Amino acid sequence: MNIEERLLKGDKRACARLISLLENNDEKAVDIIKRQYHKTGNAYVIGVTGSPGSGKSTLTDRLTKELRAEGKKVGILAVDPTSPFSGGAILGDRIRMSDLALDKDVFIRSMGTRGYLGGVSKATWGAVKALDIYGCDYIFIETVGVGQSEVDIVKMADTVLMVMIPNMGDDIQAIKAGIMEIADVFAINKSDLDGADKTKLEIEMNLDLNEKSDYRPPVEKVSAIKNEDIDVLLQKVRDHENYLKETGKLHERRRRNLKVEIVQLVEEELLKMIMQKALEGDLLEELSHQVEKRTQDPYTAKEKIISLIRE
Amino acid sequence: MDKPIRVLVAKPGLDGHDRGAKVIARALRDAGMEVIYTGLRQTPEQIVAAAVQEDVDVVAMSILSGAHNHLFPKVVRLLREEGIEDVLVLGGGVIPEDDIPGLVEAGVEGIFTPGTPTKEVIAFIKENIKKK
Repeated sequence: MNIEERLLKGDKRACARLISLLENNDEKAVDIIKRQYHKTGNAYVIGVTGSPGSGKSTLTDRLTKELRAEGKKVGILAVDPTSPFSGGAILGDRIRMSDLALDKDVFIRSMGTRGYLGGVSKATWGAVKALDIYGCDYIFIETVGVGQSEVDIVKMADTVLMVMIPNMGDDIQAIKAGIMEIADVFAINKSDLDGADKTKLEIEMNLDLNEKSDYRPPVEKVSAIKNEDIDVLLQKVRDHENYLKETGKLHERRRRNLKVEIVQLVEEELLKMIMQKALEGDLLEELSHQVEKRTQDPYTAKEKIISLIRE
Repeated sequence: MDKPIRVLVAKPGLDGHDRGAKVIARALRDAGMEVIYTGLRQTPEQIVAAAVQEDVDVVAMSILSGAHNHLFPKVVRLLREEGIEDVLVLGGGVIPEDDIPGLVEAGVEGIFTPGTPTKEVIAFIKENIKKK
């Protein structure tokens, strides 16, 4: 039996191999996704993001256990950073999810960012589809520990869960643009620490300033390690899911995201085509020399490279 | 940067000494490998389940409790039961010389005792990897 047949039968190894092939840019994997794409769209995708050490993995572990108690099949994609120097990575999110390893209806995959910025890896888009075909009801994407501007998770998740911890800066941090704007649900983890109420208040006050909308992101205090209020948090995620489904906004959101995905794929392919030609004739080498000597400017150099595929 | 070698680094058994495992994990990272670190006190079943889901090329285990003769071969056996033949299995830790031939025969192809330079482990992995 080939990977595709095994995947459709719910074989874990086949699913794992397909994700590897996607990570390695193998055309075979893309062909499988193409053929099975009509089977996707059933899984609900939850993005879990937040700063390093905020408890994303532990919280994902706890939320998964709640979903498992309801009999849901869960996939987890846990992304950690790849070294820009060696290309290697330490993928350590599984440490917090040891109990889930033996659950036959949980699939956990660690992924390195492999040079992609934005909090996820390029292959994460494909891996979500693989887990969807594999038959997951829910898919968690845990981003790398993020700072202020890694917001790509919003392009692939149906619900973005933002994990905060107390005392990570003043109230100005809460009104800054970027990561704070993409959350559909806020979790304030480590709620037993001093300052949790203040952090909640700061976020609520910031939300008060949002334009009137029929959905307001809830802010929930939880303790993942003590397993406190995880059920409440899951309910908030569910409320957002129901809101999107009832108002038709889920389709709207997914269309918006798919548009971005298609553009991204086109960009990637075009870049490959152009750069192949530019590198072929040492044109890039030549132009960079001229630009450095100031006999050419970078804008004209760009036009020369683009003209390679204009003809 | 395509196709980095994927290595599962695991600590089976009950001892809590993970310094060696972390040093290896770090060295493999610097050698350009993707290291999936699973933490302490993993059962052979958990290790194999993780190896399946992560589709790794190498399973590297470290034990300092003396349970290597039981736990290492068990991981190999469980991998074979899953139909996995193409994963390189390595063991490290305090392992008496007399135990090494038996472990190698059981399918733990590389055994590395304290003091082994990390370069040696990296070279062994690159030479012995089985997946294309």
